[in-house]
Amino acid sequence: MADRDDAPDLVEAERYELFEGPAYRFEVPRRDFFKVLGAGLVVAFALPSATAQESGGARRGDAMPADVSAWLHIGEDGRVSVFTGKTEVGQNIRTSLSQVVSEELRVPVDSITMVMADTAVTPFDMGTFGSRTTPFMAPQLRKVAAAAREMLLDLAAQRWSVDRGALVAQGGAVTHPPTGRKAGYGELTKGQKLVKTIGDDTPTVPAERWKVAGQSVPKVNGRDIVTGHHKYTSDLRRPGLAYGRVLRAPSVGATLVSVDTAAASALPGVTVVRDGDFVGVSAPDSHTAAAALDAVRAQWRPTPQPSGAELFEYLRKNPTDPQGGDARSRVVTGTVESGLAAATTKLDATYTVAYIAHVPLEPRAALAEWQDGALTVWTGTQRPFGVRGELAEAFRIPEEKVRVIVPDTGSGYGGKHTGEAAIEAARLAKAAGRPVKLVWTREEEFTWAYFRPAGVIDVKSGVGADGKLTAWEFHNYNSGASGIRTPYDVPNQKIEFHATRYPLRQGSYRGLAATANHFARESHMDELAHALGQDPLEFRLKNLSDARLRAVLQAAAERFGWGKTKATPERGFGLACGVEKGGYVATCAEVAVARPSGEVRVTRAVTAFECGAIVNPDHLKNQVEGSVLMGLGGALFEAVQFDAGEVNNPKLSLYRVPRFSDAPVLETVLLDRKDLPSAGAGETPIIGLAPAVAGALFASTGTRRRSLPLAPKGISA
Amino acid sequence: MIDLVVNGKRQRLDADGQRSLLSVLREDLDLTGSKYGCGEGQCGACTVLLEGQPTRSCLIKVGSVAGKSVTTIEGLETGGQLHPLQQAFLEAGAMQCGFCTAGMIVAGAGLLRRNPDPEEAEIRKAMEGNVCRCGTYPRIVAAVRAAAALGTRTTRG
Repeated sequence: MADRDDAPDLVEAERYELFEGPAYRFEVPRRDFFKVLGAGLVVAFALPSATAQESGGARRGDAMPADVSAWLHIGEDGRVSVFTGKTEVGQNIRTSLSQVVSEELRVPVDSITMVMADTAVTPFDMGTFGSRTTPFMAPQLRKVAAAAREMLLDLAAQRWSVDRGALVAQGGAVTHPPTGRKAGYGELTKGQKLVKTIGDDTPTVPAERWKVAGQSVPKVNGRDIVTGHHKYTSDLRRPGLAYGRVLRAPSVGATLVSVDTAAASALPGVTVVRDGDFVGVSAPDSHTAAAALDAVRAQWRPTPQPSGAELFEYLRKNPTDPQGGDARSRVVTGTVESGLAAATTKLDATYTVAYIAHVPLEPRAALAEWQDGALTVWTGTQRPFGVRGELAEAFRIPEEKVRVIVPDTGSGYGGKHTGEAAIEAARLAKAAGRPVKLVWTREEEFTWAYFRPAGVIDVKSGVGADGKLTAWEFHNYNSGASGIRTPYDVPNQKIEFHATRYPLRQGSYRGLAATANHFARESHMDELAHALGQDPLEFRLKNLSDARLRAVLQAAAERFGWGKTKATPERGFGLACGVEKGGYVATCAEVAVARPSGEVRVTRAVTAFECGAIVNPDHLKNQVEGSVLMGLGGALFEAVQFDAGEVNNPKLSLYRVPRFSDAPVLETVLLDRKDLPSAGAGETPIIGLAPAVAGALFASTGTRRRSLPLAPKGISA
Repeated sequence: MIDLVVNGKRQRLDADGQRSLLSVLREDLDLTGSKYGCGEGQCGACTVLLEGQPTRSCLIKVGSVAGKSVTTIEGLETGGQLHPLQQAFLEAGAMQCGFCTAGMIVAGAGLLRRNPDPEEAEIRKAMEGNVCRCGTYPRIVAAVRAAAALGTRTTRG
């Protein structure tokens, strides 16, 4: 199971997670923690290779192995600081990671400071994507905290010369009940400079005995959010701050022919930068910066670009893999020909998905400051170390001269992996000789960020007289390989992802291509069920032996009351299920079709989700609900419209996102599997909604819709 | 010079009257709780109360609000005491990334001023212009309902 899941993940990571920064990684200089943090105790988690060489009990001194991925410091004042390169973008890991540390270290959640995503002080991290924080970072922090607790017990046993077994660590202190002795963690670390590196073998509390994890601890910095005090990147200021703007091409692929910046330069306090195709301005306030940008006169030469109308034909005609399919994600078992020969029912259909935009409510933003040739950039990115690399490369300076700090960010959804705003702000700051803040406009965000890839998916299938699948052929052009494999039992399969040339900048999006692939697969399963005259739930269960997937499917169907109400022209019901990134999801949807207007609304969605042991039930529910609501936009109406390299709907008034009136009644069924490791949950719950809605629309209207979005303007009555 | 009362405090500003109220709040007064989200009044992240009415501060020129009273998210807390809506948002967990939260709370406060006990449908309608891309709408509706209940109790008590 693990092997099967790992392979497509790797493919996705390489192709669409956009961490193709420099291949090299400079060694992080061994640092003197205690100079920065003060004396105390440090426990670091090192990757297995590094531990093999360097572990070996507690050491006195400052040396740290280079390849650590997380560390924790307990100061003489008892303060606990946890360092991780992960970023908080609304998925609430600042809270969930605090919970696991609290559990093992036995300190209150609010006594923990999570230091996140600051390349100068946190360990290297590839990035916050792929739902990896909960399955990978949380166990590491758990082990680090457990090791720290054990060290504190050792210190107390030494200090009091008592039997270690009689000591109790609780509430940030160690006590010795037989003698009534008690010492706070800070007191125990006083005067110490202890460093311990641990590996994967540190024992931790099993999920059945969790007391802090498993609880709905509120968002740790929630008060700063509701009072407006939290500083996002776009809220930061520095002494002497200037505001930047960047000149954008009128269309993708256009090149700068000439530019006249004289009028802009003449404005008070304005610095203009022209560097190759890059033109930008900075000014003492944002109003003047906007005026300066308006005053720039530029001529661009467009290059021919595919239009939206020919998008799907273009993708199919422009594969880039010479072998005719991506080898790493390819599945071939049996032969599809023999499977089709054995089939009594055959089906052949094509599905498409549009480009859609992430629309993070906080647009890309960065504040850059140079000092003595060193660069500090605050920016909202999911890849602080990747952006550090991009900056080092852009300015041809060593990575040690670049510090990237990520304040908790106004969402990402996979859309903030790259460092454009950081590079632009840094270029402007270098020219201005003062710190520059750059906040992209919504239009820039809609035009010059990147999109969820559009795609074409061809499916061919066969079912035998016994109602069992005999053949499954599945080709995805461009949208990606995530979730491409079928969880159903089919003896003859051919599944391929075909990378293609593509007309708009594209990249990660919540769930990656799992949404597209599940839309196609689950819609096709629905079509097969109807072709056979079978209930869509029964047909799926008949072809599905994965117990975890069956469990969520049955749980969702039960809560929904599947099969109890008959569809009408005004009301339909659909369901879909899938497994991705270790999470199992099933969604049942009810849609209402207004007559005669043809307006379509999703009125109810029930989602059952299982991702192993639950760390924070309420935050998990919040992620499931949010995924379903975000998925609703892509399912019904979101699409980037473009022609000749120009986005035609680059504003919120033109690009519709889900609003209050679109929100269905949401019901979430969480299956807690304390016997299984926790998987991440910010992405996978998004994948079931679109195919469930497509099935519901078919049930209501009798017309099969095979393109996302399904009903951007309702349906014609 | 433009005179304004912001969060109960008189402000005399040397600002171009053509600038947006949002940019003056954020850049000149360092009141960054109100956010830029779209610049066209479509997302509600910049919502402030102008003479008690929810207003899109990204669209309104600062020159046009001279002499008026503006309340931002920073002005809702009084003496360390959260506004009932702020408390309700915390209790309902009605946020993820939090970037829309200030605008949501201020829009909700405007609604509760004119309708202290709104039905769910009235809340949805009043807040339709505020976008939460993380999709916490049902929680936000629940939070406004909870704050209304709290407010109603307080008034009656």
